[in-house]
Amino acid sequence: MKKKHRGDLLLAGSILLLAGVLLFLFRPGGQGAWVVVTADGAEIARYPLDEDRTVRLGDDTDYNILQIAGGAAAVVEADCGDHTCVRTGEISREGERIVCLPHRLIIQIEGGDGPVFDASAG
Amino acid sequence: MGKQVARYALLVALAMVLSWLESLIVFPGLLPGMKVGLTNLVVIFALYRMSLRDAAAISLVRVLLVSMTFGSAYSFAYSLAGAVLSLAVMAGLKKLDKFSILGVSIAGGVCHNMGQLLVAMAVLGTARLGWYLPWLLVSGVAAGTATGAVGGLVVNRIKPGI
Repeated sequence: MKKKHRGDLLLAGSILLLAGVLLFLFRPGGQGAWVVVTADGAEIARYPLDEDRTVRLGDDTDYNILQIAGGAAAVVEADCGDHTCVRTGEISREGERIVCLPHRLIIQIEGGDGPVFDASAG
Repeated sequence: MGKQVARYALLVALAMVLSWLESLIVFPGLLPGMKVGLTNLVVIFALYRMSLRDAAAISLVRVLLVSMTFGSAYSFAYSLAGAVLSLAVMAGLKKLDKFSILGVSIAGGVCHNMGQLLVAMAVLGTARLGWYLPWLLVSGVAAGTATGAVGGLVVNRIKPGI
């Protein structure tokens, strides 16, 4: 029995260690520059984080309202079932993201060295 | 035979109640479908006290019924992936005989979350969800420890023959 508990401890320890290493690697960076919207795995829009705006993402039936204000982005309203996206709150740091699984939507903050191309202006 | 059917029904019902309870517990910031793993208690009980076949049957029926009653096609895919991966790994580790019920349950919790993450990646069509992995590992260990500790007590204390 003792031996098995050592196995348990080793297992839990190594999983937690792996999680720690990954957390360090994925840590959020500094203030981001772009709000990148991905739907179904493809980028559909990219907005500068320093310009205030409110965008309605989606169609007539499924929507998420994305608000960019004061250098932070947030989903302020959505008609998905769980509202995980709304509860996530504001994001502003590079690498932070809001996910809406029911609408297959990811809103992610990217850094300043991304492409200098404004999809919303095109 | 009758007793066996009654036992299945009892465990499936228990698993369904636990699923429902679990759906009431919502932590901010969690992706949908990522849960505490209370139902794993029932699966662990079946795995240790009955057989892998019984555990698989109960787990499958539970996933199907819960998705039909409380869930959607999405939640069915998440639950199924989590349940299958978790049970497969738990059965394998149990057979290895290197870990106690606690370790087996921890691996099950982590794999349950991994299965759901894989489905989420498939649904969203992106590998970008990798950032979520560390949180899933930690929550899987936490949930697995809790269910394993309780599961150990249940497995040892419930009288044989029930």
